[in-house]
Amino acid sequence: MATDGAAVFAETIEKDQRVEPRDWMPDGYRKTMVRQIAQHAHSEIIGMQPEGEWITRAPSLRRKAILLAKVQDEAGHGLYLYAAAETLGADRGDLTRRLIEGRQKYSSIFNYPTLTFGDVGVIGWLVDGAAICNQVPLCRSSYGPYARAMIRICKEESFHQRQGYELLMTMMRGTPAQRDMVQNAVNRWWWPSLMMFGPPDADSPNSAQSMAWKIKRHGNDELRQRFVDMTVPQAEALGVTLPDPRLRWNAEREQHDFGDPDWAEFKRVVAGDGPMNKARIAHRRRADEEGAWVREAAAAHAARRREAGPSPSGGRS
Amino acid sequence: MAFDDAYDALTDHEDDTRWAFGTGFADPLSGVPTSVPSDVDGTALATYCLMLADDALVLSHRLQEWVTRAPEIEDELAIANIALDLLGQARLLLTRAGEVEGRGRDEDALAYLRDPADFRNVRLVEPPDRDFAHLVTRLLVFAVWRLALLDRLTGSRDPILAAVAAKGVKEVTYHREYAAQWVVRLGDGTAESHRRMEAALAAVWPLTGELFRAHPTERDLAAAGVAVDPAALRSEFDAVTAQVLADATLVSPMVQPTDMDGGRDGVHTPALTGILEQMQAVARAMPGAVW
Amino acid sequence: MSDEIRHEWPLFEVFVRAKRGLNHVHVGSLRAADHEMALHHARDLYTRRNEGVSIWVVRSDDIVASGPDVKDAFFAPSGDKAYRHPTYYSIPDSVPHI
Repeated sequence: MATDGAAVFAETIEKDQRVEPRDWMPDGYRKTMVRQIAQHAHSEIIGMQPEGEWITRAPSLRRKAILLAKVQDEAGHGLYLYAAAETLGADRGDLTRRLIEGRQKYSSIFNYPTLTFGDVGVIGWLVDGAAICNQVPLCRSSYGPYARAMIRICKEESFHQRQGYELLMTMMRGTPAQRDMVQNAVNRWWWPSLMMFGPPDADSPNSAQSMAWKIKRHGNDELRQRFVDMTVPQAEALGVTLPDPRLRWNAEREQHDFGDPDWAEFKRVVAGDGPMNKARIAHRRRADEEGAWVREAAAAHAARRREAGPSPSGGRS
Repeated sequence: MAFDDAYDALTDHEDDTRWAFGTGFADPLSGVPTSVPSDVDGTALATYCLMLADDALVLSHRLQEWVTRAPEIEDELAIANIALDLLGQARLLLTRAGEVEGRGRDEDALAYLRDPADFRNVRLVEPPDRDFAHLVTRLLVFAVWRLALLDRLTGSRDPILAAVAAKGVKEVTYHREYAAQWVVRLGDGTAESHRRMEAALAAVWPLTGELFRAHPTERDLAAAGVAVDPAALRSEFDAVTAQVLADATLVSPMVQPTDMDGGRDGVHTPALTGILEQMQAVARAMPGAVW
Repeated sequence: MSDEIRHEWPLFEVFVRAKRGLNHVHVGSLRAADHEMALHHARDLYTRRNEGVSIWVVRSDDIVASGPDVKDAFFAPSGDKAYRHPTYYSIPDSVPHI
């Protein structure tokens, strides 16, 4: 049995086991893991904004409750992930600052605006659908706390996708205006959803190391293909058209052929030039700044109480 | 592990009851008789249900406005939790109002198609929150008052109101604790937080007078054992808030609660118009749509 | 890093017992200013889907953990005691309740 840290690490990875917080790990692994988990956490928090702005305007009380619960879940996902990052020595306040200063990123899908309530349904169907495709394999990611967070997130996310799809089914059986709203939203969100899987593997320099460390379990192209194959029949059942003239079933490959996303647009949006980039970060910055006096007050109060001595409450149950 | 197996293994397709909105999964009204006591006027009962429903619906809206703006992510969950609980109470009460009034209006017809003058909430829930101190102060006042009310409403002769109240008591106990803890932290925190709490109290306290003035409908239904006379809530409210404010090193402002009420009669501040414009816009723009 | 921002609130670890008869299980961590807040936050974060009968919160810096470098001395002695594991014994399927 290997006893030195590096050898234990290599054996753990090779046997598809989990690396835990106090294990030895290469510096590069720790840094990559912190960055990936943090950016995933930031995505959940920023991702609350596009749907969050429709809660007060939801057109039925049931939809309002569902959407509020979904966005609440996303805050929770952010917390699970920040907690996982903190097991690696990161600090949430520091990670938040990096996000606000643009030194860490979040999924570029959230840089698009939600223009109608139909977007809420399409985000649940396509964006959460793509996220699930990305995230299910991560349940077997090599870092234990991250993998466990992903299992919890995936369970909750499956309901998110189903609520979105159910909303769309209801709208497609509704008025012509509702059907137009759905198709319009699909036209705007389809290509950005495909871009969620990242650029083609050939253009992804960091992928190889992440795959070797089993941080990442599948390539971008493979996951994108899976997503398309899963989604096409869902679109047919819904009665919407996916806006890709090159999309068709290839009987030889037993998969769908589809067109290329506009990778130039993707690069622009990732680099900060998308329709909502500045607004999303400004919103997060404002919430963080406006919350500072609250957090300080709570810390001051807690410190004062600790000095005053232990309270009579507590005990195990 | 094949991709699809992993996906299936992670989703509990058979277990739809684990969809999380609201805190309860059992239907709180299952098995509760729905008939109105024979000596109770249906219109009056419907009006009373709307009062309690609208209080919760409008405050839930104000809390929903805090989503993505809370001071810490943990508070996003807490505030959303309270907003969901209140929305749930509103839905049950609106549904009851619609059933009892007998005009075929369901929860959505009542929420989305009434104009401001037909809403029956108190004015306390209407103003926007200026800051987090204002949120917790208004929430404290609301939760202390509402908990006292629901506690007594569990004895209502209307079985639905009694059941809604019983569920609501558990929820609002938690809301009151959340608000009280924050009022204490902020009141006894930093100089800045103390100052903001004083400003919040000055803004919120004038609206408390209305909470204890009984509308004729409330008085009549209380006499019939169906509703709660809000005047009876004053002493508990004063005792609890005094305790919390004392712990927070705050003083109840020497502001006379205003004589301006009228919320129970549909006389509201302009803030409610703004709320309803936003809440109702999509629903009203697409008549006939099913969501 | 000299200018690294640290969060204002300490980190707490959360343990939840999902129902009577089970152990408390570690479910993750969160930030809170004090223990009462930590309990509330834990309830909000980890029991929304009706999981949870009892919650413990502990400040993370109060947790003392065994280090991986002493893993062998701590854990290896039980590693070769296979007779502690039920699967060590092969019992025919026809024997019930065992």
